[in-house]
Amino acid sequence: MASLDIQARSATTTPSPGVRDYPDVAKLIDISKCIGCKACQVACMEWNDLRDVVGENTGSYQNPPDLDAKSWTLMRFYEVEPEPNRLEWLIRKDGCMHCADPGCLAACPSPGAIVKYSNGIVDFNQEHCIGCGYCITGCPFDIPRISQTDHKAYKCSLCSDRVAVGLEPACVKTCPTGAITFGSKPDMIDYAVDRVRDLQGRGFKNAALYDPPGVGGTHVMYVLQHADRPELYGLPQDPTISPLVELWKGVAKPVAIGVMAAVGLTALFHYITRGPNAVSKEIEEDEERKAKEEQQV
Amino acid sequence: MTNHWVDIKNADVIIIMGGNAAEAHPCGFKWVTEAKQHRGATLIVVDPRFNRSAAVADVYAPIRSGSDIAFLGGVINYMLSNDKIHHEYVRNFTNAAYLVRPDFGFEDGLFTGYNADTRKYDRDTWDYQLGEDGYVQIDDSMQHPRCVLQLIKRHYSRYTPEVVSKVCGTPQEDFLKVADLIASTSTPDRVMTIMYALGWTQHTTGSQNIRSMAMIQLLLGNIGRVGGGVNALRGHSNVQGITDMNLVTNVLPGYMKLASDDEQDFQAYLDARSPKPLRPNQISYWQNFPNFWVSLSKAFYGDAANQYNNFRYDWFPKLDQPYDVLHMFERMYQGQMNGFISQGFNPLAAVPCVQKVREGLSKLKYLVVIDPLATETSEFWADMGDYNEASPSEIQTEVFRLPSTCFAEETGSYTNSGRVLQWHWKAADPPGEAKPDTDIIAGIFYTLRRLYEDEGGTFPEPVVNLSWEYGHPMEPAPEDLAKEFSGRALADVADAGDPPVILAKAGEQLSGFGQLRADGSTACGNWLYCGAWSEGGNLMARRDTSDPSGLGFYPDWGYAWPANRRVLYNRANCDMQGRPWDPTRATIHWNGSKWVGNDVPDIKATAAPAEDVGPFIMHPDGVGHLFALKSMAEGPLPEHYEPFETPLPANPMHPDNPLALNNPATRIFAYDREQLGTADKFPYVATTYRLTEHYHYWTKNVLANSILQPSQFVELGQELAAEKGIKDGDQVKVMSNRGYIRAVAVVTKRLKQLDVDGRKVHTVGIPIHWGFIGVAQKGFLANRLTPFVGDANAQTPEFKAFLVNVEKIVPTAQA
Repeated sequence: MASLDIQARSATTTPSPGVRDYPDVAKLIDISKCIGCKACQVACMEWNDLRDVVGENTGSYQNPPDLDAKSWTLMRFYEVEPEPNRLEWLIRKDGCMHCADPGCLAACPSPGAIVKYSNGIVDFNQEHCIGCGYCITGCPFDIPRISQTDHKAYKCSLCSDRVAVGLEPACVKTCPTGAITFGSKPDMIDYAVDRVRDLQGRGFKNAALYDPPGVGGTHVMYVLQHADRPELYGLPQDPTISPLVELWKGVAKPVAIGVMAAVGLTALFHYITRGPNAVSKEIEEDEERKAKEEQQV
Repeated sequence: MTNHWVDIKNADVIIIMGGNAAEAHPCGFKWVTEAKQHRGATLIVVDPRFNRSAAVADVYAPIRSGSDIAFLGGVINYMLSNDKIHHEYVRNFTNAAYLVRPDFGFEDGLFTGYNADTRKYDRDTWDYQLGEDGYVQIDDSMQHPRCVLQLIKRHYSRYTPEVVSKVCGTPQEDFLKVADLIASTSTPDRVMTIMYALGWTQHTTGSQNIRSMAMIQLLLGNIGRVGGGVNALRGHSNVQGITDMNLVTNVLPGYMKLASDDEQDFQAYLDARSPKPLRPNQISYWQNFPNFWVSLSKAFYGDAANQYNNFRYDWFPKLDQPYDVLHMFERMYQGQMNGFISQGFNPLAAVPCVQKVREGLSKLKYLVVIDPLATETSEFWADMGDYNEASPSEIQTEVFRLPSTCFAEETGSYTNSGRVLQWHWKAADPPGEAKPDTDIIAGIFYTLRRLYEDEGGTFPEPVVNLSWEYGHPMEPAPEDLAKEFSGRALADVADAGDPPVILAKAGEQLSGFGQLRADGSTACGNWLYCGAWSEGGNLMARRDTSDPSGLGFYPDWGYAWPANRRVLYNRANCDMQGRPWDPTRATIHWNGSKWVGNDVPDIKATAAPAEDVGPFIMHPDGVGHLFALKSMAEGPLPEHYEPFETPLPANPMHPDNPLALNNPATRIFAYDREQLGTADKFPYVATTYRLTEHYHYWTKNVLANSILQPSQFVELGQELAAEKGIKDGDQVKVMSNRGYIRAVAVVTKRLKQLDVDGRKVHTVGIPIHWGFIGVAQKGFLANRLTPFVGDANAQTPEFKAFLVNVEKIVPTAQA
């Protein structure tokens, strides 16, 4: 993606370029066709060259147990009984929703660490990330994770590098049952209408598309059998950006950025007057040992 | 598969039973989602566990593991009681109207002819009544009390919905819902397909589980139909290939039965396998057996085999006793074996009762392991704590590990579940000194042959005379091997016309098994694959995606055996006049002078419908066998027997006959019978299975798979967990009478407690995949728990139903 494609940029007041007009893309995840095979998890690891640790089973099919800096997508498994004596095993591919109104971007204090492209993809630029974790607070879906090793935030990029050259995201390409599809957002909505009709014909009266308006709609959408109860899938009923973030964005952010700048200047002053901070050898070794232990866990 | 993967999209009802296609065959499962989305198909899952297939099913019914025949017998009864069968199909294409010998009978759980001492049946009475003309007697009205349909009606009348529920633990309303959906496909415009796998085969009644469903499909008129059939999902990309090439001990390539020790006469051997038609005008295709067998011998021995020496029939092994894998390891355990070559096989993990296998391997002088990976078998001697309690100092077996290539490091053909042979090309060089299996075998062969030539020995002829005509004898090229199994003419091959037409000139590749001859003029390594590499080239390498019928046949993609036919028995897709039962799903039809259409006809192309040539051309009577005659060990009709380890004191179908508790014809060795556990000590039904994240014991060597499913777990229902005070994530110990494993507990709503014959039955789910080698967390081989007993026909071990106990491991202070 080039700078011309950037529609919004974190902590930046200069307007974004506006000459290029891209159609919104969207990934549609049809939970009624998902078999929880985790091929999408592997595709994500392969394309992004990520290998998480070999952990332990914690009493669930869900592995790794949660999203983290090296696992950007995850199948979540829910055993539910929407009505008595009717067991369902709902399996949801979790990952960034790529909100049209991204809370992470609104919350981010570091210029350019989070961008939104004109096709709707929300992407993290880790070289600008300061590891403050505000994106986590800003996200109504609990997606970004801070790496314990480099203290930067990570999440699904919707394979912005693949999409930029006309390819579908890796998870879409690998999905064996066609549960994940990708295209322009209007096309995906059209397709979802068909799928919803099929599900309603099979007795799922409340089947519908999940494209929550509270965040301006999303570029990752779900077809849900029980759209009236998204909490069955671990999804928020009506996600919005936290009022704290709104407050932060409106009033506090310029002030806070000023404070941070002041801290930076102080540090520079400190550096010039006293020289670089030296970490004692003991502390360094201790930290390294902790990091290693964390990795092993 | 009688049909093929893509054809699943043409079904109206899909039943997954004895398998878990979404989990174990996720790529093939796409055709289920296609059928659901584009045909509005209904998906049924019947399984002890609410599994990943059930997660996307329209209807799920729980069942006690090991009670499938009772369930399916109930479906047969439901169909017959409610007149939900396809009458015209049943009358014409099955043996429903055929009369069975009056002295055949079934009483108190046993068929006629049982010998309790040998645990075998004398099968003489399991036969038709023949007329004076030598043909089977028939009652077209299907009312005669000895006709097959009436026998079936009587036999399955006992399997009422109440009885099904009592034996299987399936709630009656769930059973009836499934039975009704299955029965809905008895009309010509609706078709059902069945997808099954090891969930049916790995029982002591495995073969009869499958036969029960074959009977249902015949009664519904669903075999030979587009979108129908009986479809075995094979676990490995080429396990269909290994079966076709018959790397099992009692058959030759192409399912040609090996001779037994008392069959020393060549002609008698051929005659016994070339049955004459049992009804007028029938094809009885096995009459071509001599053509196939002689061509195979020519491929084995070339010029050394000719008509003056019975094509070296004497050089072929004759079976003196069974040599199936259980028998093999029993002999090893008895110390009757010196050496063992384990090629692409990890028996320590894959054969039941690890303790017995390890003891057997310890008694060998040498063990050769040919495998791309370091397997548990190759380290059976290693002390791995309680993961593998071996004492290396006491084991003298010398182990040789010969690294071979994995699939991406070699060229060759795969045969998939749908019988499609597909060529694949090497993508990477193997690491280190790894070699293709064919090179390793060539090396062993050359050394053995030299030893036999130099030093003689017992019966050297079959080895020293083996034909080995490859361009690079020490590295046989996959292309050479493929041409050999496909077959070529050694002399000109002519048809029987006048004047004869030359079908293939000497030296040419053959175009099909119709060209095989019993006079030594053709050589063919596997008659089923004949034509896969014709004069037209390597047809397995074809990748044409055109689909003229729109039904997903892709006739120019790869090569399907036999004869590039995509749906077997496709004559049965048409009515008696040769018109498709359902014009929207047409394959072949009779055009007035011959059979034509989208598929290769599975019948003589000029056999007019009026000639009444049956669609099941491999059978001497030309029809599908509802009554299996003498082909099965335990009876011509499937009957419910309990697993060898059962939670019940008696077979609920035959409570007063202890001989009918388990499959009466199953072989079980003395030691293994002693090792069977009983319900008082091991009260829970256990079943082993695969997870989508792993492939057998291979992918625990792969980081990505190990991240997705890192460590061993077992699944327990909430009721059982509550009884035992076990919580999600607790460490538990699972014990059978043979051994134990430790694992994390996954407590789930998906394993329901079942009401079986007045008792509560819990199921414990045990995924396999873990072992003591690999990058995943170390674990226990699941077969430490399983019983050493197999299906009465195929000897496939009973991995799906046995007894265990479970206890919570209380963490010690040090842990």
